[in-house]
Parts: sequence; C-alpha cells; structure tokens
Amino acid sequence: MRFLTTLLGAAALALGTTAFADGHEPTKVGFIYVGPVGDFGWSYEHDQGRLAIEEAFGDKVETTYLESVPEGPDAERAIRQLAASGHDLIFTTSFGYMNPTLKVAEQFPDVKFEHATGFKRADNVSTYSGRFYEGRTVLGHIAGHMTETNTIGYIASFPIPEVVRGINSAYLAAKEVNPDVEFKIVWVSTWFDPAKEADAANALIEQGADVIMQHTDSPAAMTIAEEKGIYAFGQASDMKQFGPNARLSSIIDNWGPYYIARTQAVMDGTWESMDTWDGIAPGMTEIGEFSDKIPAEVRASAQAIADAIAAGEMHSFTGPVNKQDGSVWLAEGETADDGTLLGMNFYVEGIEGELPN
Amino acid sequence: MKTAALTQPILIVTALVTLALFALFSGLDPVLLAVSIIIAAQPLLLAALGEMVVEKSGVLNLGVEGMMIIGAICGFAAAVETGSPALGFLAGATGGAALALIFGLLTQYLLSNQVATGLALTLFGLGLAALIGQSYAGIKPPPFPKLDLPGLSDIPVIGPLFFSHDAMVYIALALVIGVWLFLGRSRPGLILRAVGENHDAAHSLGYNVILIRLAAIAFGGALAGLGGAYLSLVRVPQWNEGMTAGAGWIALAIVVFGAWRPWRVMLGAYLFGGVTILQLNLQAANLTPLWLLAFGFFLFAIWRTLTSRRPLELLGLWLATVLTAAIAAKYPISIQSQYLSMTPYLVTIIVLVVMSADRLAANLNAPASLGRVFHKTG
Amino acid sequence: MLILEPRATTPRWLTVLTPVMAVIATMIAGGILFAILGKNPVEAIRIIFLDPLLDPYSRTEILVKAAPLILIAIGLSLGFRAGVWNIGAEGQFILGALAGGATGLAFYPVEGIWLLPLMTVAGALGGFLWAMIPAILKIRFGANEILVSLMLVYVAILLLSALVSGPLRDPDGFNFPESRQFHNAASLPILIEGSRVHAGVLVALGAVIAAYVILQRHMLGFRIKLTGQAPRAARFAGVSQNVIIAICLGISGALAGMAGLFEASGPVGQLVPALPAGYGFTAIIVAFLGRLHPVGILLAGLVMALTYIGGETAQLMLRIPSAAISVFQGMLLFFLLAVDVLTGFRLRWVGRTSA
Repeated sequence: MRFLTTLLGAAALALGTTAFADGHEPTKVGFIYVGPVGDFGWSYEHDQGRLAIEEAFGDKVETTYLESVPEGPDAERAIRQLAASGHDLIFTTSFGYMNPTLKVAEQFPDVKFEHATGFKRADNVSTYSGRFYEGRTVLGHIAGHMTETNTIGYIASFPIPEVVRGINSAYLAAKEVNPDVEFKIVWVSTWFDPAKEADAANALIEQGADVIMQHTDSPAAMTIAEEKGIYAFGQASDMKQFGPNARLSSIIDNWGPYYIARTQAVMDGTWESMDTWDGIAPGMTEIGEFSDKIPAEVRASAQAIADAIAAGEMHSFTGPVNKQDGSVWLAEGETADDGTLLGMNFYVEGIEGELPN
Repeated sequence: MKTAALTQPILIVTALVTLALFALFSGLDPVLLAVSIIIAAQPLLLAALGEMVVEKSGVLNLGVEGMMIIGAICGFAAAVETGSPALGFLAGATGGAALALIFGLLTQYLLSNQVATGLALTLFGLGLAALIGQSYAGIKPPPFPKLDLPGLSDIPVIGPLFFSHDAMVYIALALVIGVWLFLGRSRPGLILRAVGENHDAAHSLGYNVILIRLAAIAFGGALAGLGGAYLSLVRVPQWNEGMTAGAGWIALAIVVFGAWRPWRVMLGAYLFGGVTILQLNLQAANLTPLWLLAFGFFLFAIWRTLTSRRPLELLGLWLATVLTAAIAAKYPISIQSQYLSMTPYLVTIIVLVVMSADRLAANLNAPASLGRVFHKTG
Repeated sequence: MLILEPRATTPRWLTVLTPVMAVIATMIAGGILFAILGKNPVEAIRIIFLDPLLDPYSRTEILVKAAPLILIAIGLSLGFRAGVWNIGAEGQFILGALAGGATGLAFYPVEGIWLLPLMTVAGALGGFLWAMIPAILKIRFGANEILVSLMLVYVAILLLSALVSGPLRDPDGFNFPESRQFHNAASLPILIEGSRVHAGVLVALGAVIAAYVILQRHMLGFRIKLTGQAPRAARFAGVSQNVIIAICLGISGALAGMAGLFEASGPVGQLVPALPAGYGFTAIIVAFLGRLHPVGILLAGLVMALTYIGGETAQLMLRIPSAAISVFQGMLLFFLLAVDVLTGFRLRWVGRTSA
C-alpha cells in the first residue's frame, strides 16, 4: 500500500505538482534536523517551528521530519528522500546541509527548499538565518551590569563568523556599561557535548567568572551555573527549567513566524527564492523574559536597547570600534555592513587572547 | 632499588605541587581546581576499574561506552521517578550489568568474537539509551548531596579537598581499595586472575571459567553503569543523547595505562580528568597550551632522572623542558582549539608508549588469555 | 544436556542458513520493539528490508553506502585474521580523505585525468601512514594497537576539523569550516546517471576479488592466517610477526584511506568536518559479520547498508525515532553474532548413553 502511494507520489511529481496550490491537497512540509528533536537547543527550536506550522494550518498541511541526520555523506540522501516523497517545501536546518540541499534542489526543480544559515541560493533554494548578535547585544548589556567580579565567561564552539560576531557584540555591549569588564573565552570545538560544556563552565567559574554566556547548544552550562549560584543565559531555547535562579534571560531562535510565512507563500504560489536575515524586529531573534534578579532599571535599559534595535534606531556594531590590533574598524557613528559581519574573523579591541583562527 | 619504589610518589607529589603553583600563579584557587579534576575523573575511574576486573578475567569488553550510557539513562530515569539519587545509582549499575550480560551471554556461551560483540554492544547501548531517554530530556535530576561533616568539612583546604565530596567519590575510592584487596589478597581474586592467565589450566583445576567470567563481566558492567550515572546525575547533571561522548573508550585506554593495577588505574583516571580540565583552564586563563607541553616534559624528565642512568637522555629532557617553558613564556601563541582538544588523546598515546616500553611494568601484569575464546573441549 | 561440539567442516548450507536465521530473529524481535513503540511491525519491517530493494534510487544508494564499508572491512579482515586489531580505521579514513582531498584542492582548478589517480594514491598513502603510527609503536615499543589506533581516531577527527577551518578552508566560504567543492577533474566519475554510484564502488569490488585471491592463493594470505591461528608455528615457519603487523595495518590503513578519499570526492564533493560518518567502526562489525571472508564481507556490507537506507525510510514514513533504528541494528548484530556459533560448532544433546 505504502509502496503504491510512494509510486503515485513519484508519478504526481513527474507530472508536475501544481495540485496543492488550490488547497485541495495538504501541502507537505519536510524538515531535516542535525540533532535529536529533544536536544532542548537548536533542533528543538526548529521542531517548535514545525509544530507552529501544524497549528497554524491544521489539515491543510502535513509535516514530516528526519532527526539526527549527520551533515556528512548521508545528508543528501535524506534530503532527497523528502523531495522524492512528494514534499512541496523542505527546510534543511543546519549549515552543513548547504551543498547537499543545492544538489537535490537541482534534481527537483518543482520542490522549494529553505536552507538555514547558509549563503548559497538557487531559483528554488532560499536561505534564512537569525541576527542572533542583536540578541547578544542585549544579553551583553545585562551581563555587564550583573557581573560583580567583572569577569564574564564565554563558552564558544568553533571560531566561525557567527560565533565571533556573538562574542564581539556581547563584549561591546558589556563594555559600554562596565568599562572594567573582562571576557574569558573557552573554545570547546563542539556544538553539543554536555560533559565538556559543563567542564568549561566550571573552568570559567574557577577563573572568577560570575556570569556565563554560551554559544553551544546544550543546557549543561546553565545547570552548572545554577549549582554554583552564578548567572547564565539560555541559548537557542529558553532553558529556564535548567536554571530557575541562574537564568537571567535568553536568546530564543523563534522560527515559527518565518516557517508559517514561507508555507503560506508556497500555498499561495508566491514563493520566491530570497535571503532572509532577520533580527529582533520580525521576532526571529527573541529575547527571553528578563529574570527578577535583574534590577528594574537594568531591565528597562535592556528592553530599551532591544526596542531600539528592533526599530532600526540602533545597531549592535556602531563606531567608534577598533579591531583587536588597534586598527580602526568603524569610525564614529559608522555601522557595520552585512558583508563584514558575515565574514567576521577578528576580535574587537579589548578582548584578550588571540582568536584561534 | 630504593629510588624505584619512591619514583611514583615523588612524581605524583611533584605533579601536584606544580599544579598548585600553576593555579596560584594564574589566579586560580588550587582547591577548586582539584575538586573539578576529582569530579571529572569519577566516571572514568569507575568505568576503568570495572573494565580492569573484566580484563583480569581474560575478557576484553569494548562495549564500555554502551554500558556507560545505559547506566547514565537508567540512573537518571530512576532518580527522576523515585526522587532518590541513591536509587538512581543503583539502577544505573543494574542497567549497566544487564547490558553487560548480553555481552557475556554472547561471548561466553555462544563464543562470539569479543571485539565485534563489544562494538555491537556500544551501538546497541547508544540506541537503546536514546530510546529510553526520549521523555527524559530537559528534566533536572534530584540533587545528589555532598558530604557535610560539621567541623571536618569546614577546615580550610583539607575540608573541601577530602571531606566535602558526594558519596560516590568515597564509594569509588572504597571500590579501588576493594578491588585491590580482592585481586591481590583474596582467594577468589586469585582464581579470577588464574582464569585470565590460562583458562584451560583453570578449567582443568575444576574452576567454572564461564561463570567466573560472567561474574566479572557483570561487575564491569555495573561499574560502567555507575560511571554513566555519575555523568548524568552529578557531573553534568542532566540527560542528553550521546552524553558519554567517548568516555567509555578513554576508560579502556586508562586500563592499559594503569597496567591492570587498581591504584594506577585511579592515577590514570585522575591524570585524564586533569588534562581535560587543565586544557580548558589554560584557555580561560588565556595561557598558551605550550605550558602543558612544558609540564609534560618536566614530569618526564623527573621520572627519567629517578630511573635512568643515561646522562645524554636526561640532558636532552631537561633541555626540552626549559626550552618549551622559555618559548611559552616569550611567545604565548594561541592555536586552533581543535589542537588543544587533542591533548588528552595524545597524552594517552604517549603514556601508553612509555608504559609499554617499560616492559617489565606492563606486560607482566597483562592477562595472558585476554580476548581469547574459551571452549571446554576446544 | 545440550553441549557445543566443534565441527571439523562447516556444511555450505549452514553458512547460508545462519545469517538468514539471524535476520528472521531480528525481524521478530524488532517487530516487538516497533509494536511497543506503537508502530505497525509488519509495515516497519517491510519498509526496512524490502522497500529499499524495490526502489531504483534506493538500490543505488545501498551501493554508495556499502562501498566504503566493504572497502574498509576487507582491509581490516586481513589484520583480524592475523590477530592485529586495527580499531582506528575511522581515523585512517579521515586522513585518506585529508591527504587525497588536499591534493585535489592543491591542483584546483587544473583539469586532467591524472588528477584523480594522484588523489587516490595520496589518499591511500595518508591512511597508510596514519596506520603506520600504531604499527611502529606496536613493533618498536609493544604499545597496544587497539588503543593507539582508537586514540588516533579522535585526533584525526579534530585534525580534520582544524584543517577545514584553517588552511583547507574555502576562500570564498565566509570562513565557514569546510573546503571548497572539488572541481571536475577531482571528482569521482558517476557510474549510473542520476545516482551517486561512483567509481569507488568498482574499487571496492576489486578489493573483494583481490583479497579473495590473496587469501586463497597467495603466500601472504597463508602467512597471515598462520600468524593468527598459530603464532608459534608461524614463527618457526620464518614468518616475522613484525612484518605481518606492518603489512596488515598498512593494507587496512591504505584501503580505509582510499575509502575516505572516495567518500570525499564522490558523494560529499568537498571536505567537511562531518565527513566521517562512522564507516570505520561499522566496517569492523561488517568484517566480523562476513566472517572475515571477502565474499561474506561483500554480503554483510550490503545488508548493513540496506538497514541504514531502510531505517531512514522508516523514520520518515512511520516516524520511528532514529534511536529505535540503532537499537534494531544492534539487535541484528547480536543475532548474527549469536548464530555464528552454529557454523563452528554443532549442538548436541548428550544423554546417558552417549558420553
């Protein structure tokens, strides 16, 4: 039976899938996740986005997902399986899926693809990502206020622009409110290794950090922060349950609105290939609720920053900013262009240590 | 011969003093650093100690990783459901032992190849743990209390170093002592070693080789399970798929490093925990990883000074120590984080080579029947 | 009571029957597992074992997935026969991909049919040299090759990650940690239009045949087998233990390295940190499932690949969690290992009359 439907699906595909556009047939939306849906971080939030689609469209959509798909040789087959089984729209939600997505997209010109965090597009491949550094400006502002030892610990994964951007924006915001602040950065060479992340958090705490920020996906550091009675921020998802006292705020990747809009576009037949890099304003980068531990005036100023960024009145990287070596990067009042941000591979002035690049 | 007996204590004391000095120098609290290392070492110590007993009985179980992760989820689930971490550890041990018995059944009764079965056990364990654990992600386990002896725990330095750990740290220590006494001083221990040395001879003496080995395998599984439960209940503490992240394999290396001796296995676990923690601390303190290399040369030089009579070798080692330290002080280069993360593995290889080269120490103690299939009529 | 008695010879029908028995047992146990998870067991089993065979694209993917497994397992089986335990094929796989891939990138964008052979040699050399580390440490210092080769896997994974985010990084790739895509001359030719079946599949097949010939007809094969079965006899026959260690680790390293390069320049098309997909470890199991025999390895590799492809389909169609698929594969291995005993031993009921 199932085999027959697969055949029929393939046949329908061969004839060109236009049937769904009139709304008679459910639109099929597929997802590829790099981790398990229960990672409470990156993949979890993408799955929340998938559920948001189901909620928004009900019977009009059918969603499927493949979880824990490694970014290596198996990715292309997994994506192709979704394409071949009659999906109209496929979200590939990790950077390593970029080239496989493009390869499959070439073979299935009628299927729409959406690749997260990449930079290569095609007629039927869009890219999207969040301006998470905007969120880190807000968190850095809070961290700068909250640290008593003037030491902020930062657990970093890999020195790619996304992570370096996060460190720089958090540092600039913290420095703004606390000129004595110092960042201690530990690179753990992994996105997800709870034991190692916990060790890194411990090491940072021993070196005097009393606020921990992280750019890795597990809630381990939050758990350690709770245990040691210091502060931390949720990453990718809220993580409140891991540190009810430790959690100050969080950056939440809120993919739901974007996923709903793109699914709607496919239904309406208005889908077009584009590049989306959304920040706080459209809600893709969501700032988690502020904890009561933060003094009221800091909560207010943090909210003001978030609002200003959302309104486009403020940019996370506004001059004067020097690079670490002292050379001028941004002149007074100048803001960073997206090109530089996308390829950022330097620390800003004031951060100690060399970027392991 | 007197120096030979003193070699190990001298090395350990030197290492500890150097570490403490390093910690003070880089603005760290040496006591906190030591506590971190102790916690990082526990899962490795438990798993390695168990595997050592298994190997002493002549069985090579490469499925430590699988047993650890099963222990991690069973312990976590039981602790969450009952609210008692102690029951959690019990469940972790039981889970690990149960999985180990699958291995025991296959290798002892069905005579399957131990290497392949061990690897299959890891694959199966990782999958099963993930399956059981699906509803346990994102939950906090009940806290496991730390020892708090009024008076003793409050003594500065001594208190936090010796009297305020969680119960498992003391249980692990007791297990090391127990295994040491069992293998070295007791009759059943002697029989177990005999089985590992020559199973045919042990069999003809009337010992039930298969039953003894099954007991050892179950014990190894239980300890690996405890180690896993320590990860999910104390060290991280939470449940995540694949959270053992290779710890089981490192435990296997520690057994060889420890030359199948309980105290050395313990030393190995602490050394490994130490390297893992130190490389993160060096980063956080913004120090160049070259210091780690200098430290390694330093210890090596001291060791050879105590044992070797070759002046040229000694001169070379001390020169290397001073040179690396000088470079580290003058050019605090940073390198890619990946190279830093390699250090624990490279250290294991180096130590393995050193240990093996020291043939008397390692080979005399390796069970002669390790990994060989036993069949009564065979 | 029931006892196991060694067989002098293994009947051919049994060699065929035992794996079939294992597969059937796995289907039953797996069916129970899927039923517990609330999935239709019959449908799940059919999707895993049958559907990939019926779908033309899935058939080609089985070949793509099986090729590296078989290539690596063939190399490992030689060593396993001689009692040389190379557990680090995953690391040799990575170094092969790195060495061969770097060669290809170095000649970007030069076209020429000589490039692929050059890359293949470099890849084999990379894997060979990485395998020589445990070999030399074993020969010179007696260091345990299981652990050294295993530790080198972790080093290799980190080295790959470091190099693709360092010197081998795509210059136009916004600093993301991956190399540029291989240009035409550096990519493996595709054998079947529209699929990912690449020339490496043929090499894997060639390796099966070569191994068969070596083991059956060649002096080296005899020496390897002798070293494994009777080390003392081998020494008397003038076989150097050290030479065997070096040869076995070297061959398995070279083959794993080639498999790594094929994977990089074939299905993946570039060097990425996630390139090692566990082939090196799975191949160990494949080698044993195939009973260290070249033809057995060929079949075991195909079955293993089938469960991977089928497992993915089942995950997609029935929403079976990927963890359940791993458990299912683990079961299959256990059953295969368990029934293996029947080929070497016969079950006999020992009553009062027979002693």
